[in-house]
Amino acid sequence: MQVEINVNGKARKAEVEDRTLLVYFLRDTLQLTGTHVGCDTSSCGACTVHLDGGAVKSCTLLAAQADGCSVTTIEGLAIQDTPTTMQLHPLQEGFKECHGLQCGYCTPGMIMTAADLLKRNPTPSEEEIRFALEGNICRCTGYHNIVKSIQWAATHTTKPEPNQQEEPIDADKHLFTNDVTTGEVVETH
Amino acid sequence: MSNKFIGQSIKRREDKRFITGKGRYTDDIVLPGMLHAHFVRSPYAHARVSSIDLDEAKAMPGVIAIYTGDDLADVNGVPCGWQVNFRDGEAMREPKHPMLIPTGSTAKHVGDAVAVVIAETKDIAIDAAELVMVEWEELPAVAAPADALLPDAPKVHEQFPDNKAFDWTFGNPIEEVDAAMEKAAHITELEFVNQRVVPNAMEPRAYIGSYDETFDKYTLYTSTQNPHLIRLLMCAFVLGIPEHKVRVVGPDVGGGFGSKIYHYTEEALVTWSSKQLGQPVKWTSDRSEAFLTDAHGRDHATKAEMGFDADGNILGLRIKTVANMGAYLSTFAPAVPTYLHGTLLQGLYTTPKINIDMTCVFTHTVAVDAYRGAGRPEATYLLERLMDLAALEMGRDPAELRFQNFIPPFDGVEQPGYQTQVALQYDSGNYEAVLKRGLEMLAYDDFRKEQAEAAKTNKILGVGFSTYVEACGIAPSAVVGSLGARAGLFESAQVRVQPTGKVSVFTGSHSHGQGHETTFVQVVADKLGIPMDDVDLVHGDSDTIAFGMGTYGSRSLAVGGSAIVKSIDKILEKGGKIAAHKLECAEGDLEYAEGKWTVKGTDKSISFGDVALTAYVPHIYPAGLEPGLDFSSFYDPANFTYPFGCHIAVVEVDKETGKVTLKRMIAVDDVGNVINPMIVDGQIHGGLAQGIGQALFEGTIYDENGQLTNGSYMDYCMPRADDLPMFETDRQVTPCPHNPLGVKGAGEAGAIGSTPAVVNAVIDALWSAGHKPKDILMPLTSERVWQAMN
Ligand code: FES
Ligand code: FES
Repeated sequence: MQVEINVNGKARKAEVEDRTLLVYFLRDTLQLTGTHVGCDTSSCGACTVHLDGGAVKSCTLLAAQADGCSVTTIEGLAIQDTPTTMQLHPLQEGFKECHGLQCGYCTPGMIMTAADLLKRNPTPSEEEIRFALEGNICRCTGYHNIVKSIQWAATHTTKPEPNQQEEPIDADKHLFTNDVTTGEVVETH
Repeated sequence: MSNKFIGQSIKRREDKRFITGKGRYTDDIVLPGMLHAHFVRSPYAHARVSSIDLDEAKAMPGVIAIYTGDDLADVNGVPCGWQVNFRDGEAMREPKHPMLIPTGSTAKHVGDAVAVVIAETKDIAIDAAELVMVEWEELPAVAAPADALLPDAPKVHEQFPDNKAFDWTFGNPIEEVDAAMEKAAHITELEFVNQRVVPNAMEPRAYIGSYDETFDKYTLYTSTQNPHLIRLLMCAFVLGIPEHKVRVVGPDVGGGFGSKIYHYTEEALVTWSSKQLGQPVKWTSDRSEAFLTDAHGRDHATKAEMGFDADGNILGLRIKTVANMGAYLSTFAPAVPTYLHGTLLQGLYTTPKINIDMTCVFTHTVAVDAYRGAGRPEATYLLERLMDLAALEMGRDPAELRFQNFIPPFDGVEQPGYQTQVALQYDSGNYEAVLKRGLEMLAYDDFRKEQAEAAKTNKILGVGFSTYVEACGIAPSAVVGSLGARAGLFESAQVRVQPTGKVSVFTGSHSHGQGHETTFVQVVADKLGIPMDDVDLVHGDSDTIAFGMGTYGSRSLAVGGSAIVKSIDKILEKGGKIAAHKLECAEGDLEYAEGKWTVKGTDKSISFGDVALTAYVPHIYPAGLEPGLDFSSFYDPANFTYPFGCHIAVVEVDKETGKVTLKRMIAVDDVGNVINPMIVDGQIHGGLAQGIGQALFEGTIYDENGQLTNGSYMDYCMPRADDLPMFETDRQVTPCPHNPLGVKGAGEAGAIGSTPAVVNAVIDALWSAGHKPKDILMPLTSERVWQAMN
């Protein structure tokens, strides 16, 4: 089937199999390989992206379900000034500043989840941060510095998120979220 | 030499690509014409392959080839890199670990592969694999190490009916230990299981094999911790292809923790099949497959006894352990329960007599090999559980009991290293100081008061101690060679100064999260007195790097960093000759600092950049000196390094439910000199989380048929952000006396010390409320803790 998905501000049209998961559409079709796959049970959050502004696990969603939606991946989080220079998102700065990553594999998912949290709750407590990261596994850092990175970002000016504000996608507004208990993606309206 | 970067928390240079999604892991790589492999694996722990029918699968459009074990009859199995013989001299038993199980043979663990389907897309490969019809004859299986020794246990390898890979004894003669224990006023006895855990690096293993006919050259991209080692093993032992015709690249790798050291069958298979098909072949594990095929860690069943005199001095330690090797011997597996474990049983104590009796067995499970700490966590768990339990049993304070038995401080320079009863000689140590600092951070006296109050409530408190020493900086080649290693454990480094004074450093170490691109560059920039921006680090490519033994055993900086320092010394020595010639003085009159050679006591100097240019434009140049400024070195360490530390856990236990909450985790570690404190702290944090994970959450569950019943992230519990507190860390510095940087290694320490601290804390909490369990099986789930109280 054909899908049209706005990814990082660009409309992307492609032919996909019905069963293609959004994460493979991003990784294989668009070669946006910053979104990772860490599990096959919707448990690790390495694949987290924003769908119409909210964090979802892109391994838990068919590309077809994202048809007509707008997706932001880790590649679209910074503001690209020129082809070779960019302004990092405060969370990206925070992760670097506070050594919130080691191998970097969980990092895109962590940052996307955290960006969603800070949007909903700009001044989260340590407990709220830890709770928000419940669906994301990091095997390297012990989370200590990830928590600090998010706290750092929360106290530094949040620059506008580039792709959230531009070209509202034509299709009807879907809102998706990950059900906290099952990890499944549910449509909220 | 300058002093700008060493010791500073320089932000990591590698981060930019990871935080912007530009990291390049193996699965991110797409080669033209690339095909995709998917394996058909045994659903049984033990089953004979009666027949394989490929017809239907082969007929599927998009399927390019399907190989079975019968196609690979002349390909060897993957080899084992360490030989430990039976105590009576019989050679270690090394069953072949075939690429694919041929018809008529038996699969020996769930996930053992019987066929590989190669297709145009991954989905087609997966679908076609479903159509491969394997007729299985299911056979009885054994999964637990102790069960493998029962007389009627199913046999893993027909030719080894007792299921033993080898047995081994180490330390003082058992008669001497028995005699020491006879004299004991108190013996603390503990039977426990150090359960099997799964490393679970977040990036699943991924490989791409590619064969270029024009140059008759293979390239293997692999998620490995040691590209050169993989090349050596694959070329020399498995495929029999010439090493110079193979390039192995370990690009960005998403964590390893040991599980990506080993040479896996899939690596050789994608390489081999890329030549058969003339197209690149990629295989990426999914998580379920990873649980079934990645090497696991730990898995010891132990009975340990520690004897004390009436004053609490340790008299002896006697241990019997059965360790699980899994179905086949993985690359370093035999070393883990033996020379990385038995040799650490001195711990921090003056124990005069120690003996371990170890039996290593085959079972119908995937191989067990080194996992973060590899043997040292098992040794530490054993010792530190015994110490806290002994204190409880004897009514002693666990900290006091340790102070009494600690080896006194020694720096390895003025005072000699400490000769243990178990072969190793510790390089330097100051053990009392780390425990003192830990107690201070804990506010011990206040804690005991709080604990007494809490004992009257439903939320009881406990504190657990663990003071550990480990052996890193692996390892002096001659020593490990005499212990059975089939490899040297040196490291190589090349420092190439370009004509403009910019520097490329090539290391055989490999970063998969440790931050080499920053730490190593800090060292180089300081040693040369130049900006960090003038230095780049290259790692992970066997074509650009002369050789390498890779990263594990907390060895990168201690061994790999030392190799770099050796090359820098050669650069500065040759540079000094060029400088002296240019400045028309004797070499001895020069000193090197801040990036220039200066004639002592004058302001006459020449910069590093000018010398570099002269080396490549050698017009005014010392007679007989070769042009160029580029040196390679191999560094073989003189000894292991011995980091040590003190980990303290505070837990709250809910008496009603048995739920354990980790309230505080204190870690005071001494890893020698520190190049980048931020990165060292990060390594400690990550290690702590994995150690805590083993204590409270993690562990494989095999059923009686050898099925792993919790082989997914839904079922295998790992620590998540809301399970852990902020860690309280501090550091002490006792430099390593035998390597040029004075560093000891920090990668594994966190995972080594923390596990027993957490378990001890739970036991302490229960004793504070009048329950007196000796042990609770890890992981300490609510149910198990509740049962210990009811
Ligand atoms: S890949 Fe693990 S949750 Fe999506
Ligand atoms: S940084 Fe490696 S998994 Fe999080």
